[in-house]
Amino acid sequence: MLSKRIIPCLDVREGKTTKGIKFKNNVDIGDPVEMARFYYEQGADELVFYDITASSDKRDIMIDVVRRTAEAIFIPFSVGGGIRTVDDMRAVLLAGAEKISVNSAAVKNPAIIADGAKAFGSQCIVLGMDVKKVEASQKIPSGYEIVINGGRTFMGIDALWWAREAERLGAGEICLNSIDADGTKHGYEMTLTKMICEAVSIPVIASGGAGTPEHIRAVLDEAGADAALIASMTHFGTYTVQGIKEYIHDRGIKTRMAW
Amino acid sequence: MIAIIDYRAGNLTSVERAVRYLGYPVCITHNHQEIAAADRIIFPGVGAAGKAMADLRELGLDQVIRQAFVDGKPILGICLGTQIIFSMSEEDSYTRCLGLLPGVVKRFPDPLLDEGRRLKIPHMGWNQVLFAEHPVFAGLGAESEYYFVHSYYPEVPEEARDLIVGTTCYGITFTSAVALDNLVAVQFHPEKSGAAGLVILDNFCRWSPAC
Repeated sequence: MLSKRIIPCLDVREGKTTKGIKFKNNVDIGDPVEMARFYYEQGADELVFYDITASSDKRDIMIDVVRRTAEAIFIPFSVGGGIRTVDDMRAVLLAGAEKISVNSAAVKNPAIIADGAKAFGSQCIVLGMDVKKVEASQKIPSGYEIVINGGRTFMGIDALWWAREAERLGAGEICLNSIDADGTKHGYEMTLTKMICEAVSIPVIASGGAGTPEHIRAVLDEAGADAALIASMTHFGTYTVQGIKEYIHDRGIKTRMAW
Repeated sequence: MIAIIDYRAGNLTSVERAVRYLGYPVCITHNHQEIAAADRIIFPGVGAAGKAMADLRELGLDQVIRQAFVDGKPILGICLGTQIIFSMSEEDSYTRCLGLLPGVVKRFPDPLLDEGRRLKIPHMGWNQVLFAEHPVFAGLGAESEYYFVHSYYPEVPEEARDLIVGTTCYGITFTSAVALDNLVAVQFHPEKSGAAGLVILDNFCRWSPAC
């Protein structure tokens, strides 16, 4: 049987992680390649880089990070942020990423999902969805709406509809981020995650809100997510990937325990 | 020199990086002379069988691979490369493949069930492999897992079951590794399978098939 995946997410700006890992000796390490290697050695099943570089003429810095990471770790990793065209996708994939993730670019131009899937295969295309809970209405029947710009702009698109539409267009995976839960450390948005997992037949990565290993166990087991994205839980040394895996493994979740 | 066969089937740089990381000289090539001169061959691939076979034939690489197999050169198939080593694939309304090994590559049954729960296709992520004894799979822990991304799997006929050196469970038990003489082939991606995958690549790069 497939193992449930634990996926650390690193935010990168102009080639540096925005928040370094606090290692045991309390030294911040801001090099994304070193952090990737650290997580690889800890047993991460996959990694996500999210490029938050604002200026587009500095995008090549990210390509270099991807290339150096691909030389240092031998697990799949994906890159998101700032990918708007098939050429952007190609550059990241050729640099050595396994997958690319599109979010607001796909909301504005859904054809990029189909174009990317046709050019590189669905297994390369991850749809990132930022979602906020709203009053259920005729327009947003599920009560969950797609947002962009970090949650500031409501797009008038129902999250449930968008997940199904992305699958139909050829997305190979969905990374589902609850803007409401993000940063709270109170746990993943279970209702939303369960709803999306039941609606699509592609894998769903739960994102936003993880604060404890129990939150991860719950979203993988009860909500049915295939993978859990983590960030601050492990970046600051509160937990380790290995510790999280031991916790969920002891509670009957199949996860990769040897690496 | 280890030659990674380039037949436009996906991104081959991750295989190259892993082999280079292990310290072996490696190149990505579709040049017949270069492949003929190489000590061993890696035959990877991501994509669909129909286009892969058409591209292989167009580049004349089908004959080059057959010759290398006959010559006894160590060959490692990965993912799609493994599938098109067989006689036939169901993909793209039946594609005739290289036929180095007997068997048909089939699509996972739909629905694929595990205890009544519907499994997702493609089979994507980490899973275990039960390996038979083989030098390329020596030194691996029983608990190790490997990274898979595929919707098709090879079905080896009953009379050729000796070829099977690895099996994996995903709703059904399918063949995830095969070997014959100087050829070994895996359905998963050793280059994306962490330390365990690197052990397999390293074993392959040192392997001297006894034939």
